[in-house]
Formats: sequence, C-alpha cells, structure tokens
Amino acid sequence: MIRRHGIATRIWHWVNAVAIFILIGSGLGISNAHPRLYWGRYGANFDAAWAQLPRFPAWITIPASYNLAISRRWHLFFALVLGFGLLAYMIASLLSRHFQRDLKLTRRDLNRGHIWADVKAHLAFRFHDPERPREYNVFQKLSYIGVIFIALPLVILTGIALSPGMDAAWPWVLDLFGGRQSARSLHFIAMTLIALFAVVHLVLVILAGPINEVRSMLTGGWRVPE
Amino acid sequence: MIARRKLLTGGLAGGAGLILSGCDRVVQIPAARKILFAGEDMQRGLHRALMARNALAPEFTAAQRSPFFRPNGTRDPGTDAYRALQAGRFADWRLQVGGLVTRPLSLSLSDLGAMPQRAQITRHDCVEGWSAIAKWQGPQLGTVLRAAGLRDAARYIVFTCADLYGGEPYYESIDLIDAFHPQTILAWALNDRFLPVMNGAPVRLRVERQLGYKHAKYLMQVRAVASLDGIGKGQGGYWEDNVDYDWYAGI
Repeated sequence: MIRRHGIATRIWHWVNAVAIFILIGSGLGISNAHPRLYWGRYGANFDAAWAQLPRFPAWITIPASYNLAISRRWHLFFALVLGFGLLAYMIASLLSRHFQRDLKLTRRDLNRGHIWADVKAHLAFRFHDPERPREYNVFQKLSYIGVIFIALPLVILTGIALSPGMDAAWPWVLDLFGGRQSARSLHFIAMTLIALFAVVHLVLVILAGPINEVRSMLTGGWRVPE
Repeated sequence: MIARRKLLTGGLAGGAGLILSGCDRVVQIPAARKILFAGEDMQRGLHRALMARNALAPEFTAAQRSPFFRPNGTRDPGTDAYRALQAGRFADWRLQVGGLVTRPLSLSLSDLGAMPQRAQITRHDCVEGWSAIAKWQGPQLGTVLRAAGLRDAARYIVFTCADLYGGEPYYESIDLIDAFHPQTILAWALNDRFLPVMNGAPVRLRVERQLGYKHAKYLMQVRAVASLDGIGKGQGGYWEDNVDYDWYAGI
C-alpha cells in the first residue's frame, strides 16, 4: 500500500466530477434551445451554421424536460464551482509541486522505444510500470496535461466569452476566440473532449481494478499491483 | 471478475441516471433552490467587481453587421391601441417617464430625436444562444432620466411595453448602474431606419451588457421605483416572473 493521491487532488477530483457531470447535462439542455453552431462574431437562424446538433434527449439533460431557465441556473452555478475549483487546484498543486513532480514529461517518457513499450503494455491491460509504480505513464501524463491545462481552461474561457457582461469587462476573450459564436462552437468542442476524457478515464478505472483505484481517490491509499 | 465489471458498469450508468433525476428533485426543495438561484447574485457580484462601472460592450464596424437582424418574442403587439399608433406612424405615441422623478415627462418620437444621440453597432445575444450584430441609434436613457430628475429613493428603472403576454404588458427592469451606462439607449433606429414593428417599433431599450430579453421592445412607460416588489410578481420582468429567468442577465 502506498500513498497515491494528495488531499487537494482527492477533494478537487470529486468536486470536479460532480461539477462536470452537471455542467454537461445542463449544457446539453441549453443547447436544445438553439442547436446550431456558427463561426465568427454573429450567428442566428438565417446565417450559415457549420453544425446542426441533434436534440439531446431527456435522459441526458438537466432538467429532463426542456427548461432553459433551470438548465441555465444549474449551468451558471456549477460554472463557478468548475472555474474556481480549477484555479484553487492549480495553485495548490503548484505550491505542493505535485504538477512539477508528477505531470512533467521527462526525456525518458518521450523516448520512442519507451512509448512503444507503453502502448504494448496498455494493450495487454498493464497500466503501471512495476519498477516505478508511483509514476504516471506517458499516456496518463499526456491526458492529464491535456485536460487540466488545455480542455478545462478552454471550456472555462470560452464560457466567459459567452457572457455579454464579461465581454465588456474582458474584451480580449472575444479576440482570443474570434468572436462570440466561435467561442460558443469551441465551448461545445471542449465539452466533447472533456466528455471523451471522462469516458476513457472510467473505462480505464474499471480495467485497472476499480476498487483499488476508487479507494486511492478516496483515502489516498493504493495497493501496488503485482 | 467479468461479472464484477458488468456490475460496476451497470452501477455507473445507474448512478448517473440517479444523479440526473436527482437534480430534478433537488430544484423542488426550497432550500436547495435558494442556493442554486444564489448563483445569479454571485455572478452579478463577480461581474460588478471585475468590470469598470462604464466598461463598454464591444462595438463593431458596419461591415461586421449581420445580414438580417432576426426578431424574437413578440413580432407584432397587434392590440387595437398599438394598431392605432401604427396607423398614425407613431405620431401620437408618447413615452411616459414617471415614478420617483421630480418632473414626469411625456416624450414624442421627435422629442427623443431632438436629444443628443448615440449610435452604436453592437451584438445582441439571445438567451437561447444566437447572436446578431446591428446598428442602433437613440438618446441615452441617462439623458432622459436626468431631464426627469430621479428622486433619491429611486433604485431601479422599470420599462412597460405595448405587447401583451397573457393580457399583461411585457415589462423589464434594470438597476441604475445599467440605466446610466453610456451604451444604454432608447433606440428608435435600427441600421439607419426607423425600427420595424418586428424589432420593437417605435422605441426599444438597448442595455448592451445583458441578454436580449432585457431589451424591452414597444416601450410605453419608463418608471423609476425604489423596489421591484409589487410590480408583476416581483421578480423584475415578465420572464423572471413566469419562467425563472435570471433578473441579472449579464451571462
């Protein structure tokens, strides 16, 4: 048994899991109000859309029956949880050096032979290097870096760009994404990436031994696989 | 092992379903609803803290406008009173400015046109998610309110409209920060023409740092009040009263 996850990581993980779940459900409810995506500064029914989204069914939206106002209440409350949660987690993990210690890609990680060996190990359902059980493998590092430093900041900043109030406060967010409707499209794309991450993450937790993995995220204790 | 995995996968899917339906139960609990709805106050507080009082909404060039500015909500009030005003090209229309003011006003379209004008090309964001960019022109609401002279007790400006929802006029309200914001205008022109009926003729509110439903169309009355209690159902607007839309629509 080793200590796998620090307290900040464990708290953030579960708060974030709930926030993302609710944000996706309520976000799909909001999408049903106008299921068209555009590029550029403006975009409405008579303008060309690059994507016509499906109507998301009741079993996946919050609330189940279409209610834009209540979807927005859920979404805008948990947007604060997501945004400030990520901010606090980033500060805590920089101070504790968790990021520098555990997520930094090393020369060894990026060695071609090593990556290939990791691919084969994954295909054989072996997810931990028995000699370095504490370390994340290169795919874990890349996906955590991708979600913590790219997908989550992207979904938060594009969300901020959707707010007409914040556009007055921080006009640079609009310039960053090329206009509000581009930001709305990117918001949807970033959500899709996060949802894909969550699905792969859950599948891997199940494959890697769900009881040991979930326990390590609750108590911090993780049994090193033989 | 396989059985355990199946159980877990089933458990995950079932758990997700439970949380989803749980969310719908949660909003029925008054205390939980109160917390969830407090998100609006937190967002408004954050916005007010992060933005300068007169921070401007982005403005655009003529070439960046939408080819067509789509209407939403009421396309035509259609009441006898409105029809009569429309038949006279709104010559008989008067905007009543009253409530907590020292000099109540009754303003015609030409009175509004004679005041100092502000023209702005801004983006209109509907709560549904679409945006359209257009040019608006009219006097600043602040000019009108200063002419009427707000009393000290005034805290909100309430707009009453000519279009009816379930027999009651549409209404909206904003605070004094937005009321005196330089881009908050009483627009009588859209893209250099008189407002079409579908876009709120003869005059609509533009309150550029908030969503479209705050931009009351078909304006008839502007009133300064101390509190929103007792107006409609007390939530500050038709949609706020009837479908739980946020009163602060800056997001």
